[in-house]
Amino acid sequence: MSLLEVKDLKVRVEDNEILHGLTLTVNPGEVHAIMGPNGSGKSTLSHVIAGKPGYEVTDGEILFRGEDLLEMEPDERAAKGVFLAFQYPVEIPGVTTWNFLHTALNAQRKARGQSQLTSPEFLKKVREVAKSLNIPQDMLKRGVNVGFSGGEKKRNEILQMALFEPAVCILDEMDSGLDIDALRIAADGVNALRSPDRAMVVITHYQRLLNYIIPDFVHVMSRGRVVKSGGKELALELEASGYAQFEDAA
Amino acid sequence: MNLVLAKNETGRALSDSFAIARDRLPGAGKVAEARSAAFEAYERAGLPHRRIEDWKYTDLRALMREVLPLAPAPDAAALKRAAAAVKLQAIKGARRLVLVDGVFAPKLSELDGLEKGLTVRTLQDVLEAGDAALQAQLLTPDNANPMVALNSAMMTDGVVIEIADGLVLKQPLQVIHVANAATPAAMFTRSLLRLGRDAGLTLVEGYIAADGAEVYQAHDSLIIAIGDNSRLDHVRLVEDSREAINISSSVVTLGAHAHFNTFGMTSGAAVSRYQATIAFAGEHSRVETNGVNLLNGRQHADTTLFMDHAVPHCASREVFRAVADNRAHSVFQGRIVVRPDAQKTDAKMMTRALLLSDDAEADNKPELEIFADDVTCGHGATTGALEESLLFYLRARGLSEKEAQALLIQAFVGEAIESIVNDDLRELAIAATRRWLEARS
Repeated sequence: MSLLEVKDLKVRVEDNEILHGLTLTVNPGEVHAIMGPNGSGKSTLSHVIAGKPGYEVTDGEILFRGEDLLEMEPDERAAKGVFLAFQYPVEIPGVTTWNFLHTALNAQRKARGQSQLTSPEFLKKVREVAKSLNIPQDMLKRGVNVGFSGGEKKRNEILQMALFEPAVCILDEMDSGLDIDALRIAADGVNALRSPDRAMVVITHYQRLLNYIIPDFVHVMSRGRVVKSGGKELALELEASGYAQFEDAA
Repeated sequence: MNLVLAKNETGRALSDSFAIARDRLPGAGKVAEARSAAFEAYERAGLPHRRIEDWKYTDLRALMREVLPLAPAPDAAALKRAAAAVKLQAIKGARRLVLVDGVFAPKLSELDGLEKGLTVRTLQDVLEAGDAALQAQLLTPDNANPMVALNSAMMTDGVVIEIADGLVLKQPLQVIHVANAATPAAMFTRSLLRLGRDAGLTLVEGYIAADGAEVYQAHDSLIIAIGDNSRLDHVRLVEDSREAINISSSVVTLGAHAHFNTFGMTSGAAVSRYQATIAFAGEHSRVETNGVNLLNGRQHADTTLFMDHAVPHCASREVFRAVADNRAHSVFQGRIVVRPDAQKTDAKMMTRALLLSDDAEADNKPELEIFADDVTCGHGATTGALEESLLFYLRARGLSEKEAQALLIQAFVGEAIESIVNDDLRELAIAATRRWLEARS
């Protein structure tokens, strides 16, 4: 059984259909890149997978390990192992990163019928994870993403990914707002989390990110559909020729 | 026509109540005279209604309708229930003073080993046998405000606390009002706190209901005088029964180089009003007043503050947060007056309201009256709902809708709670917030 199956998905926002029948199959251990110009529906796909309100699915389905993902609340999806790394992680003043991570991890564990981690247990775990990703401890004491640089916000997303150990990670425009050094650090973090059990869907506008996170498959999206799929070489081809050819095709 | 009738009926019922209660009310001579004058003032005005500007959002004729009869003095069984109830707000290491149904309960209070320079007496004692100066101070609140006048007429008991010059008490002093009324009844309390010069105290006030107490009215007033170079930290938690009415007033004066840090949280009572007047009488003093309303159902809570900058070089900060769910109604009225002599005043006020439902309401009325020209004054107010983008972020990390809301609500009120200096007291406010959130889900 595939890990994530998107079948002929049609999605509207108010009166506009954004996805016009999108199909994507992701198996454990695979890294898929989804590329496309602005407005092609890449972020909509990531939002619908995570369960963001405001989108209406009019046709098609999304299965996660064979279960209907669209029937689940966003928190149920998270507990099942779906993780969305946000393009723009929000700032939450007054909630420390530490408290947020502890609450979220315990909420997911509770939903999975696992025991709750006490503060010392959690501290030990989060320290190990932060250390392995070279994330400074003092980030944990600050308000969630409050005053974080673009790079720090993305590292915080990766820290969460490492902590929650999801089965499928959707990385939405992870490279936006990052300089080349920050991008490399973030990509190293993602690569460290690649494993045979875990799949990743990397959404990006630019080929640049894929120099650091090497995908197994590349899909080109245009106007709400996947118009071409291929191996990693497709990304290079795009870099050379641009998206225009696919706009015509769509 | 209807209104006149309503007033008369309310007045008559209360007249009877006052006449019946009179023998029980402590104090003769001047005190008794002051009571009668206060009662007449109240009778003339009746319960405040929405056409009186100060009560525009809190129409007691609609919300309260009548003043309930005076609660009987508590019996042994009542004291036992009260003792159990006190545990809700108990803090380790505090010296506790308990009032049950408006009457001081020595058995539930800790009066042993009072520090040298700390005096605690009951209002009854002071009104009956106390010195004239203290009595006069207890009678300072004027009768212009009908609910203060009513309290002056009916005040039954309370605590009179004096801190001598130079005494800085490490141990917080906690005054807990426990309502125990088995039948609908009203309690009228008045307390006084006098801090001398170079003194320091942490005062915690709590309002709670014993098991089974539901419909009652707590009418309280507190007079605070903070001497030169003294500091008072004050926390007030209203966790009355959800059918109760709590009308409290305080009058605070600060000497020079004094510091008053006060925090109030209202999560209980069907209808509550907290009206505080804070007056600077000496230069270089500072006040921080922080408040939180946590309301649901049809709760109505009104905080009305009057900051009176009468002298130069003083600073005041007001931070207020309201959370209203269902059909709840939160009111904040903040009046700042900077009198002509009060140059170099630095006064700021910030209120924010969080509405959790379409039917919830938050009214915010700032009033700045500035008569001096070299001052820094400002106010700001916002009202809004929980941000969808934050909720989704938390839900995408595994928090249920209620959990995500709870975390954001805790963060929203957190800024005000952070102002509490004492760790144990901050924990008390956090625990009260948690109780409110748990009751919500």
